[in-house]
Amino acid sequence: MPAAKDPMLQIDNLHATVGGTPILDGLSLTVNAGEVHAIMGPNGAGKSTLAYVLGGRPGYDVTAGSVRFAGEDLLALDPHERAAAGLFLGFQYPVEIPGVSGMQFLREALNAQRKTHGQEPLSGGDFLKLAREKAALLRMDAEMLKRPVNVGFSGGEKKRFEMVQMGILDPGFAVLDETDSGLDIDALRIVGDGINAIMRQKAGGPDKGVLLITHYQRLLDYVRPDVVHVLSKGRIVKSGGPELAHLLEEQGYEAVAA
Amino acid sequence: METLALPTVRDEDWRYADFAALEGLAPEAFGVWQDITLAPGETRLKALVLGGAGPELHRIRLTLGEGARAELFAANLGDDYTRVEVEVRLAQGAHFEFGGVTIGGGVATREFVTRVIHAEPEATSHQVIRAVHWGTATGNFLGRIEVARDAQKTDAAQDFKGLILERGASTNAKPELEIFADDVKCAHGAAIGQLDETARFYMAARGIPPETARKLLVRAFIADAFVALGDKAEHDRLLEAALGVLGDAA
Ligand SMILES: Nc1ncnc2c1ncn2[C@@H]1O[C@H](COP(=O)(O)OP(=O)(O)O)[C@@H](O)[C@H]1O
Ligand SMILES: [Mg+2]
Repeated sequence: MPAAKDPMLQIDNLHATVGGTPILDGLSLTVNAGEVHAIMGPNGAGKSTLAYVLGGRPGYDVTAGSVRFAGEDLLALDPHERAAAGLFLGFQYPVEIPGVSGMQFLREALNAQRKTHGQEPLSGGDFLKLAREKAALLRMDAEMLKRPVNVGFSGGEKKRFEMVQMGILDPGFAVLDETDSGLDIDALRIVGDGINAIMRQKAGGPDKGVLLITHYQRLLDYVRPDVVHVLSKGRIVKSGGPELAHLLEEQGYEAVAA
Repeated sequence: METLALPTVRDEDWRYADFAALEGLAPEAFGVWQDITLAPGETRLKALVLGGAGPELHRIRLTLGEGARAELFAANLGDDYTRVEVEVRLAQGAHFEFGGVTIGGGVATREFVTRVIHAEPEATSHQVIRAVHWGTATGNFLGRIEVARDAQKTDAAQDFKGLILERGASTNAKPELEIFADDVKCAHGAAIGQLDETARFYMAARGIPPETARKLLVRAFIADAFVALGDKAEHDRLLEAALGVLGDAA
């Protein structure tokens, strides 16, 4: 018998503004432990806004509704506290940070999260080993981690590096905003396999969940969703199984979400 | 003997100085120059951490012989008005390397004033100055480059960037070029900005607390001024001293 599932991320009637403009308009969504949900929707629907609101980006203000994450009030936490609580945000446009190496960036991030959990910082050697292992998982040259964060990376390299970061930080929940855009066919498979390796439940491992924001159904061939949602004009207008993604691909958003 | 004419606000090189703080200095202080002469071909490195509780005036005069190389690096982080003045005279083929950082909060003015004289052909100079301020503090760079009539093939560059951590702080940059030769390269740039909010959020989204993020970004910003400082121990000493005062930033 399957065990009763606990809600990991529970979004209820979320309203949010960006720079004062209302964008999210009563969005509700629940992702249970062990589930992968996909969010699809046209450009400008509010997909990235949802991701940023969950991450706590300044300028993205919640005006009504609630978000609970692993039983906690997510919106009461600062962005870095949300990360430490196990939330990972994969950026649609990963940010370049000149002068800060990927190694330094990730070591600071991991050790800050460990500190929150009362764990000792990882030694330089142990961190290097972990970083190499996760880079290899995404078929990324570990030497690239010595370069300034995302500086000079191609679009595809930036997305792979997002997943290397996810591998190193090992979050309980990932919100991945168009991680598949900018990837060629081979890279798409590598990233898809990477997401499965990092975020799928392992025997005896902790509960995990994924919210996969995407435009196309192709990533969903590798990372099979349990539920597919259609986001339009700031709210979920339709939810269904994996077949919904195919329907969207064939008929377009307007026909399906009307 | 030099006669002492005290500076006034009308002197171009003193236009951003804190004259109220200067009153705390004895008049004799204004005549004191540290004179350093480099023999032809000689190389010398000086790395300084400057600034204490009261106003300070540091004046260094460098005279470089043919093919000599002077490298000067300074972290200017006094709690009160701290002025570092450098006058450099370059003979043929000599090189002057300067990296300076002003950093701090409170109300103090911290400044670098350089005068680089390319007196002969083929000399080069390279100056990188970074200013990081908060509170109502001010960081200034006044950089004068003089190229003599026959100093052909001069290559002089100065680059200033200011980082304002809080509204109320300010920086000033005043490049001044006096060029009397025609075959010369003189580059100068000045820019003022704030911490990159997008980078800060990206760091936060990975779990890096705001204070740590700020420190990483400020370190990256000021590191430019010390990249040419090859002595690792001195490099780290200056960088850490500069970052050390960041602890009290808002
Ligand atoms: N910084 C901003 N200020 C004002 N409006 C914005 C800002 N960012 C996004 N928007 C608007 O919010 C809406 C949703 O954008 P976004 O969440 O990026 O959509 P999606 O990711 O689904 O393509 C769009 O109409 C967009 O123009
Ligand atoms: Mg988007």
